[in-house]
Amino acid sequence: MSQQAESTLYRRRIMINRVALTLSLVAMAAGMVFLLWILATLVVKGVGGLNLAVFTQTTPPPGSAGGLLNAIFGSVVMVGIGTLIATPVGILAGVYLAEFGKSGWIAPTTRFVNDILLSAPSIIVGLFVYTVYVAHVKHFSAWAGAFALAIIAVPVIVRTTETMLLLVPNSLREAASALGAPEWKVVTMVALRAVRSGVITGILLAVARISGETAPLLFTALNNQFWSSNLNAPMANLPVVIFQFAMSPFENWVELAWAGAMLITFSVLAINIVTRVVFRQRGN
Amino acid sequence: MNAVLQSSDILINAPSKISVRNLNFFYGSFQGLKNINLEILDRRVTAFIGPSGCGKSTLLRTLNRMYDLYPGQRAEGEIIMNGKNVLDKSQDLNLLRAKVGMVFQKPTPFPMSIYDNIAFGVKLYESLSKAEMDERVEWALNKAAIWGEVKDKLKQSGLSLSGGQQQRLCIARAVAVKPEVVLLDEPTSALDPISTAKVEELLHELKTEYTIAIVTHNMQQAARVSDFTAYMYLGDLVEYGITDELFIKPKRKETEDYITGRFG
Amino acid sequence: MSLTEAGLVVGESKRETYVSTEQIQKNIAARLARQRIQDAAFRKVTLGFSLFVLALLAAIIFSLVVGAYPVFEKSGFGFLTSREWNPVTNDFGALNAIYGTVVTSIIALLIAFPVSFGIAIFLTELCPGWLKRPLGTAIELLAAIPSIIYGMWGLFVFAPLFGQYVQPLLTKYLGGVPILGALFQGAPMGIGMLSAGIILAVMVIPFIASVMRDVFEIVPPVLKESAYGLGATTWEVVRNIVLPYTKAGVVGGTMLGLGRALGETMAVTFVIGNTPKIAASLFEPGASIASTIANEFAEAGDGGHISALIAIGLILFIITLIVLSLAKLLLLQLAKGEGART
Repeated sequence: MSQQAESTLYRRRIMINRVALTLSLVAMAAGMVFLLWILATLVVKGVGGLNLAVFTQTTPPPGSAGGLLNAIFGSVVMVGIGTLIATPVGILAGVYLAEFGKSGWIAPTTRFVNDILLSAPSIIVGLFVYTVYVAHVKHFSAWAGAFALAIIAVPVIVRTTETMLLLVPNSLREAASALGAPEWKVVTMVALRAVRSGVITGILLAVARISGETAPLLFTALNNQFWSSNLNAPMANLPVVIFQFAMSPFENWVELAWAGAMLITFSVLAINIVTRVVFRQRGN
Repeated sequence: MNAVLQSSDILINAPSKISVRNLNFFYGSFQGLKNINLEILDRRVTAFIGPSGCGKSTLLRTLNRMYDLYPGQRAEGEIIMNGKNVLDKSQDLNLLRAKVGMVFQKPTPFPMSIYDNIAFGVKLYESLSKAEMDERVEWALNKAAIWGEVKDKLKQSGLSLSGGQQQRLCIARAVAVKPEVVLLDEPTSALDPISTAKVEELLHELKTEYTIAIVTHNMQQAARVSDFTAYMYLGDLVEYGITDELFIKPKRKETEDYITGRFG
Repeated sequence: MSLTEAGLVVGESKRETYVSTEQIQKNIAARLARQRIQDAAFRKVTLGFSLFVLALLAAIIFSLVVGAYPVFEKSGFGFLTSREWNPVTNDFGALNAIYGTVVTSIIALLIAFPVSFGIAIFLTELCPGWLKRPLGTAIELLAAIPSIIYGMWGLFVFAPLFGQYVQPLLTKYLGGVPILGALFQGAPMGIGMLSAGIILAVMVIPFIASVMRDVFEIVPPVLKESAYGLGATTWEVVRNIVLPYTKAGVVGGTMLGLGRALGETMAVTFVIGNTPKIAASLFEPGASIASTIANEFAEAGDGGHISALIAIGLILFIITLIVLSLAKLLLLQLAKGEGART
């Protein structure tokens, strides 16, 4: 009797377990399906529009042929400038958090605020740059776009720099100090150097992150239908062009939007994968 | 008997390099060292032994004020070197550490080439020409008995060497700046027996020119390499004397228990 | 010259002949002084950039408050409760957009939480070792895809299928249920609040799942092994050991996802329909704060429109700040407990 009750209970527990684990498997499968589905869509719809003209011609008016050259150029320029601004800021702030922030309120507060900025809505950053910069100079510009992207990249770099520096064993810092090296040399020539590849990974991930950002560029860099290399004027960029073209009723624009979407996604994913692989090898 | 006396006379016949006087050390509110007094003699090897947590490493780290890197750790008393108290606030730490080199438990090669590992410390206080630097690097690597093994790969990363080689590289790095004192904190605990023997041999060489203080958990090692030995327990300096005497006829019961393995 | 030669060594060092000239001593003193200045400067510079990050947050809030001031001056707190949004008459209220933001985020969370939980369990408890890394990376890659791609995919691929196959089914089976049924009425257009919520869910799943996986992994193996040793099933271990141990982290990770969902712009803008209104049915189009700003800002004329857009931006920022702060505090609490235990 009791044995039978036990086995019923046991069977029930096994059933519940099986149901729960199956659901978990389904969840995982769903995640994979979405990833593959999105990538497949990009390939199917993007490959058609991807040809040499995409890289050699500027964005066309509705109905005629053209490419994305000016948008690609603008994206590279703004992401490049944004990264150049964000890198020193992020690394130095990260150094403070990891090396000098052991006492006092500044480091914990900065860490907290930085983590919040890391997840803050990017469109707010666009609003911020608009109100403090664009509204004052009274025109949209590539500079404004680059500033907005830099603000988004900074928290990423701060975070990885700090995390990486905390991995440096104290004995390495002590060894450098024991030779009589001043603090700044201990940090820059030994500690930072020991985690160089990790810090570079952080910078590359920041590049990947801001390459696809659209919202902060909508009203900072705006868009430009023509070739422009003037940093004080609106500049075309891939995400905003994709947005504008995808939402348009013109077939050739939509096709270019898909080509651009494919380009941007695979670049971003490639950066992610390559940094992961390289970093893991260095880590071992 | 006579011979022993003679050799100990020669041992003791050296000026004091470092005098530790009434040294107390605190980790926050925990007292890690209790009223330590001892003289470390010039161009002799002084070993610190004792069970884990006895304060031997702590004592070593006060000599170059390594503890200053960490807030909450402080030392009281005097450590006199070259007529100056190194615990003084006015003491420049970088200068002190340039004069008092240190080698750590685990090898700590910097993430740069073998050559740059040596040159790093030298460049801090000296402006040498390329030829002078080459000469210095070779000299230091020779001192650490590793020149033969690395002379063809000076441009390779220091991390590419084996553990024993890395530790000798670190010794070369410490020696390259021509310090007056070299501190070694359990320098062979992470090494295999062959590398350990090489490092011990090295200490014999080095003591002709440098004052050496070594922390070790290995009593045979202390007996082999040191002239003087200090036995510490729970932050106290229990016994300090000529190594041979301390190991053969310790004056204190606690020391005897420890060195004969009857401890704890 | 060595330290000894430089005359740094005071004392009777006989090991090398050294020239102790005043000049050399001065050089060393100057070097030490320079090092001290460089160190102090280095510290100050890094401190400065750290403070810059702090100032950034303050500056963002300040600039939004200044930009939003005209609207609040005009309508006061009525701005928060008004459903008007008319650039022509210059009448603005935030309620529609707040509603759209909150509802889409809630839908996203209702879907994303269980799915993320399942993924995290799979990755930590079920997944064979060799698959852990590739699958974990795949989930992280899902998080790396730019949000505009989710938007395009939502508009061109997901919405048509959803409108054609799923929405009619929802109306058929759930439309008759009292109260709940009201949510699933109307024309199955594909785009609308529900679609936006679902796309958002797909977007935030990788974020939540990654955090959950990370917190599940901090559970000490001994704890799980002791439960398995008593004969517990995997699910029982997750429910009774892993979940209680990581409660704060699970909630924190979910809040982090909520923070993302609230502020997400592009994915929502593509599929929400961009019609500022509050309708009972989730099939109806709506507008979120972020989508409203994205659509209207570049074309907004001076006067009240820009100020109103900045004002809803300020509201969005405050909401996400609160949500993200809570998330962070919960995760910190977990990390602290972890530190105390080990």
